[in-house]
Amino acid sequence: MSEPAIRVEGLSKCYRLGAIGRHTLVDEVQHLWCKLRGRDSNAYLGKVGGGSVPVQTDKEFWALKDVNFEVRTGEVLGVIGGNGAGKSTLLKILSRITEPTSGKATIRGRVGSLLEVGTGFHPELTGRENVFMNGTILGMRKREVALKFDEIVAFSGIEKFIDTPVKRYSSGMYVRLAFAVAAHLDPEIMIVDEVLAVGDAEFQKRCLGKMSQVAKEGRTVLFVSHQMSAVSELCDRSILMQKGSVHAEGPTDELIKGYLESNTDHASFYRANPEEKLDQQGYIAQAMVLDANQERRSKFDYKEGVSVEIRLELREIPIGTVVGASLKDAMDRRLFTTQHPLSEEERRAGRVSFLVRLPEKLLAPGGFSFQIALHLPRVKMYDYLHSVCHFEIVDTGSEFSYSKDDYGSFLVDCAWRNLSE
Amino acid sequence: MVTEIRAGQAWWKINVRELFEYRDLLMLLVKRDLTAVYKQTILGPLWFIIQPLVTTVVFTVIFGTVAQIDVGEVPHFVFYMSGLVFWNYFAGILNHGAGSLISNSNVLSKVYFPRLIIPLSGVITQLAHLALNFVTFLGFYAWYFWQGADLQPNRWLLFLPVLVLQCALMGLGFGLWVSSLTIKYRDLKFALPFMIQLWMYATPIVYPAALVVTPLYRKILWLNPMTAVVEFGRHGFTGQGSVYLGGLALSWGVTLFMLVSGLMLFNRIQRTFVDTL
Repeated sequence: MSEPAIRVEGLSKCYRLGAIGRHTLVDEVQHLWCKLRGRDSNAYLGKVGGGSVPVQTDKEFWALKDVNFEVRTGEVLGVIGGNGAGKSTLLKILSRITEPTSGKATIRGRVGSLLEVGTGFHPELTGRENVFMNGTILGMRKREVALKFDEIVAFSGIEKFIDTPVKRYSSGMYVRLAFAVAAHLDPEIMIVDEVLAVGDAEFQKRCLGKMSQVAKEGRTVLFVSHQMSAVSELCDRSILMQKGSVHAEGPTDELIKGYLESNTDHASFYRANPEEKLDQQGYIAQAMVLDANQERRSKFDYKEGVSVEIRLELREIPIGTVVGASLKDAMDRRLFTTQHPLSEEERRAGRVSFLVRLPEKLLAPGGFSFQIALHLPRVKMYDYLHSVCHFEIVDTGSEFSYSKDDYGSFLVDCAWRNLSE
Repeated sequence: MVTEIRAGQAWWKINVRELFEYRDLLMLLVKRDLTAVYKQTILGPLWFIIQPLVTTVVFTVIFGTVAQIDVGEVPHFVFYMSGLVFWNYFAGILNHGAGSLISNSNVLSKVYFPRLIIPLSGVITQLAHLALNFVTFLGFYAWYFWQGADLQPNRWLLFLPVLVLQCALMGLGFGLWVSSLTIKYRDLKFALPFMIQLWMYATPIVYPAALVVTPLYRKILWLNPMTAVVEFGRHGFTGQGSVYLGGLALSWGVTLFMLVSGLMLFNRIQRTFVDTL
């Protein structure tokens, strides 16, 4: 049984908030004084820290807390989690950019880490010079770069401009060249962060292809991305991070499902304060995003149906009053509106709830929200919510062969017929 | 190859093997620093020569002709330039080293390589500048010599490589100190150019050390580790200037102390400096 390629044991990282970089001379002198007198300066000055037990205090932030996991040799492990879950900190420590506060990680093999493409590119140098520069910064020997040089240039597709200073490159060319260098790194262990989120669609596909090729070659990869589709495509097993700890560990697909279901943030839920609405003839009391099982959620697979529940409080609402909901995309553009004229019984009921169900496989990955209004068209607006019920359609890999994050807003299964045959 | 990542590794542990593995990067950084700076300039690398040359001319006019500081029998031009050659090498390394962490933070926060590579590349880059300056100096020196000026080259010339090495180690040592401290106290970034300039005047470059006669000031002068380098170097070429062996020993003491302590401090700071950027 061989040792795992990466073994992380009790890894923690603490950042001091606020005080960073503001140490005063007085502070330093106090510390020195305490040291000379043989006391623990932290205890003396009422500060916490220095111990190995993670304790949360006001001034400290534990970006990682007792993280444990292993990556077997030849395995492609995904790391998923929301913003601030500690993914980036984890990668920074594993790529030795910074040190942990406690715990340790043991890495067996040469590591190539890709936290950003194009690190160390110098605008004045030519593409050729930068390939060598970047390659050696990433840990290659010069002759290794020379051996792969033609391959790198061919992959980037910018042969013509290789002797032009990169400051004259378009941003797309820059990224292509940078990724090409990175993709030809030959380490035993690769640590990759989000690099796929660059370049145009066609290039992204090539990057993804290259990544899976690397994975198939039996190299160990630790892959972090917001793009669930990429993670599920590349990694059989993943860890889910939350608030600096490993929340779950297992097959990627199950984990992604769990991640989607666990995420219910309050933006997906709206509740009016009845006190403020006392003198209103009618108002929207509550609105929330639900999944097919009537559970509150804010992240959805594109295959799932999304529903919105709208609860109205009605007092003296005239005939002809309408409740309407418009779906808006992340740029706040209105995509469509659906509305419902209130019936006689509904108006009289005083309290009424509606479930508005969107068809499944309708929305393309991206962020959405609703604009909800209770109004008498052209006469009176009783209540109006500009942007509520935020939810997100997450890319879990669709059959529509999209490969970039800007999908437009809708998924439409169009027929493609070849007319030239 | 097994890498262990953990907190609180020893201050004094410097992974020399790893440094050696990154030697290609070291040389590419040197190449980059030498070529990228003067792209799109007309005079290009000539600037390496023009800068010290103009400084020498200015010194000759101001301190030689106007202030008439007594530099003995040596032609003013040779006197000032011999000091400046050493000083520029030292100051260049110090300047480069001092900015090594801060000015490369965008790279250092994205990828790991031994951070010591950056200040080390400065030592080599500046060595190229030194070579150019030195050749220029030799040209003027030869011309004055041929003109029959009172120049007495002697066996101390053989000591020259040692002086250059000392300059390098001293510049590196102080550079490491400053770059480590700058992480915490950004004030140093502003103070450094000023400090370097003042330091130059505290070094016998525009005046001979022999001009300082008050015992206290003499002591202070020789406490400055650059004093010995400049005086010994100048003596080798001209036969003038003091050959004060005690001063040389003291200078080496200071150099080695600053270098070793600088390496330790830098080694300590570089491990987590990214967190405080």
